[in-house]
Amino acid sequence: MFPSDSVSVREPYRELYPALARMTQDELRGRTDALASSYLAQGVTFDFAGEERPFPLDAVPRVIAAREWNVVEAGVAQRVRALERFLGDVYGPQDCVRDGVIPAALLSSSSHFHRQAAGIVAANGVRIHVAGIDVIRDEVGDWRVLEDNVRVPSGVSYVISNRRVMAQTLPELFTSMRVRPVGDYPNRLLQALRASAPEGVDEPNIVVLTPGVYNSAYYEHTLLARLMGVELVEGRDLFCSGGRVWMRTTAGPTRVDVIYRRVDDEFLDPQQFRPDSVLGAPGLMLAARLGHVTIANAVGNGVADDKLVYTYVPDLIRYYLGEEPILPNVDTWRLEEPEALAEVLDRLDQLVVKPVDGSGGKGLVVGPDASRGELAELRARLLADPRGWIAQPVVQLSTLPTLVEDGMRPRHADLRPFAVNDGENVWVLPGGLTRVALPEGQLVVNSSQGGGSKDTWVLDDSVTTGPVAGIVPSPNPSGARVGSIVADQATAPVTAAIPLLGDGAAASPHHRHRPESSPQDEDAPVRQQQQQQQQQRPSRRPTRGEAEPC
Amino acid sequence: MLSRIAESLFWIGRYIERSDGTARILDVHLQLLLEDPWIDEDSACRALMAVMGSEPNDDVSLGPQDVIALLAVDPHHPASIAHSVTAARENARRAREIVSTELWEAINHTNARMPRHVASDKTHEFFRWVRDRSALAVGVVDSASSRDEAWHFFSLGRAVERADMTARLLATRSLTEASGPSWTTILRSCGGYEAYLRSYRGVPSTLSAAEFLLLDRLFPRSIISSVIRAEESLREIDPRAGRVGVTDQAQRLLGQIRSELEYRPIGDILHDLSGNMERVQEFVSAATDAIRQRYFPTSAVPVWIGEVS
Repeated sequence: MFPSDSVSVREPYRELYPALARMTQDELRGRTDALASSYLAQGVTFDFAGEERPFPLDAVPRVIAAREWNVVEAGVAQRVRALERFLGDVYGPQDCVRDGVIPAALLSSSSHFHRQAAGIVAANGVRIHVAGIDVIRDEVGDWRVLEDNVRVPSGVSYVISNRRVMAQTLPELFTSMRVRPVGDYPNRLLQALRASAPEGVDEPNIVVLTPGVYNSAYYEHTLLARLMGVELVEGRDLFCSGGRVWMRTTAGPTRVDVIYRRVDDEFLDPQQFRPDSVLGAPGLMLAARLGHVTIANAVGNGVADDKLVYTYVPDLIRYYLGEEPILPNVDTWRLEEPEALAEVLDRLDQLVVKPVDGSGGKGLVVGPDASRGELAELRARLLADPRGWIAQPVVQLSTLPTLVEDGMRPRHADLRPFAVNDGENVWVLPGGLTRVALPEGQLVVNSSQGGGSKDTWVLDDSVTTGPVAGIVPSPNPSGARVGSIVADQATAPVTAAIPLLGDGAAASPHHRHRPESSPQDEDAPVRQQQQQQQQQRPSRRPTRGEAEPC
Repeated sequence: MLSRIAESLFWIGRYIERSDGTARILDVHLQLLLEDPWIDEDSACRALMAVMGSEPNDDVSLGPQDVIALLAVDPHHPASIAHSVTAARENARRAREIVSTELWEAINHTNARMPRHVASDKTHEFFRWVRDRSALAVGVVDSASSRDEAWHFFSLGRAVERADMTARLLATRSLTEASGPSWTTILRSCGGYEAYLRSYRGVPSTLSAAEFLLLDRLFPRSIISSVIRAEESLREIDPRAGRVGVTDQAQRLLGQIRSELEYRPIGDILHDLSGNMERVQEFVSAATDAIRQRYFPTSAVPVWIGEVS
């Protein structure tokens, strides 16, 4: 099933190869179907043109050697520490501007820089409780950072459930090597949230704030809430009074100390941001400012996600930490600079041009694929608004063997490792979400176009593995351990959104005893619309290695 | 626990019980239409729809198939089985982190398999399927959930709905002048015929059958025992009993209707059975309002207007 030259297997895959090679393609395909049906039953699905499809998971895991992972881990942690310092500075003294590291105009012109967040500091000073730093391997095999996500990075639930379903369906793959478990994530997140509680609160009341059932990541919100054992609330369950945040419970109002929010900044507090939001609670920002509640991740983190700020991150690492960046950026032209603009305009047909904070992939132009007319139009737009755009070379993502229609073939992939910051240190989840572009040669993908995912294995090098073939079904401690680790990761069946029921109470007005109905959302359409708007940033990144997990 | 979640659990209980009760009532009544060749189909169907709380159009005559189309499988009709199932599922989805996976799968499966049409020779089978699915959902909860607040709200919903449904079932007895369903049929439909025979050891009589369904404290589907169960759940949810009387409005209402039934001679109640059954439904509905006000307070969503510049 492998091409004939596949005997030259890359180092970390060497252990995996015999186990896979023993399987016929049909057998592997059968396992893939088993993976899919397991996801369908559990409700790990996404909505494809009104049809419920299982979240695509490839049977071949991505394997990252311990040595390689150490680099990624250190690089991600370094980046998070630098961004943490940067955000604290931006919303505080702004030393970086005074020292000329980053231009003031760049900050104030970023659409995710929120003045409302200035001066709000959590008790332990953390703003980035969870980060998803997207990385890729370039054509020579070096890791580079593609994008920083320090607002509300999503996808970690798929890391947890991918591992669980892989252990159930392809257990023999696990026996040949020692894979570092991922099940610790909810626990780490909970510890980080507890650590960020307002001062003087011993037993903080933590909640997960979700936009609601129509949000595409609702499955993730329920999974995290359940695995952390905390309440999952919607904005309407919260209210603010006396500078504190409360939730409505059957026992009366209960105080909330830490909110792990999965709602975008603009929808959090109608008093400060979008007045028409039905997903937040008015007064939230005031409570945060008074130090009575911690909002995680902090409001205003989006300024660090700005594509133009991204180009300054290596400088920021040197400035704040006095270290050299471990992971380099993808080369990027800042179109604000006249020479860069001139060069980019000259080679527009060879580059990828991206808006700094375009949403929904709008405006991304791939030079080699664009027509003359499109390039001419783009040229005019770049000249009109250089601040709004960046340009990057078409980065060739590395490829991974992936099972597609005609067998095992190389496909492009990226990786989103997740980092949790509890104020003392930054913990990086070993692994992360690997997303693959399934169409051949395709670099840009999202789930609706058939993007897939892979379980990502980080090897533990503290142990030498046995004979190359893990074929002998010996009772292997590593396999058993993984099984037990994933076994208790409950997975929730959440299925595609169905439209809200019609207003039941409207029917049969004149009979005295028409059936009562459970309450309906009167503002259902706007609620549904706003819930779906949250965190929708498909294929926004420069190299187009995008497969939105949800 | 969160009010929104508690409310969802309350309504999951109600909707499961309602799909079960509706299936039972329709089953009895449609059987009756078949058994009795002299019955006026149209008016009998209208009366049935009225008891179930819906108002059909006047200009067309109704047959059993229309009743099934509306009350069984029409997902948009608020009194239909299909609507109850969908609504239970929707509520479960909102409380997904509290509802157990087994219960969620039971409800989700029922909703996915809900037919759009039921052929006339398959009606009995369909109603039995609905009853089986409700029994499964309830059984899953009963066998594997802690008796905590979540469970009490679920049971409260069930008990309240059951009192309401039995009242409706009893009201069908006096649907048409001459021929309502016989007491035997009514008892059979709620699965109580055998229990009744064992309790009374005799030929069914109007008096004893009505007594059994209204006032038997040991038969779980009787009105009185449903009301008692609802009161118990309310007491468990708020165990603080003050010195003076009862302060909770829902408990007051339920206690009132319970004493009314308990302390009135059975003949009195039977004299105006449908009127009395409507009264039960009124009280149940008022109690629901009281529960909502106390435990599920919703605030009017404030609307913020941005500054006009």
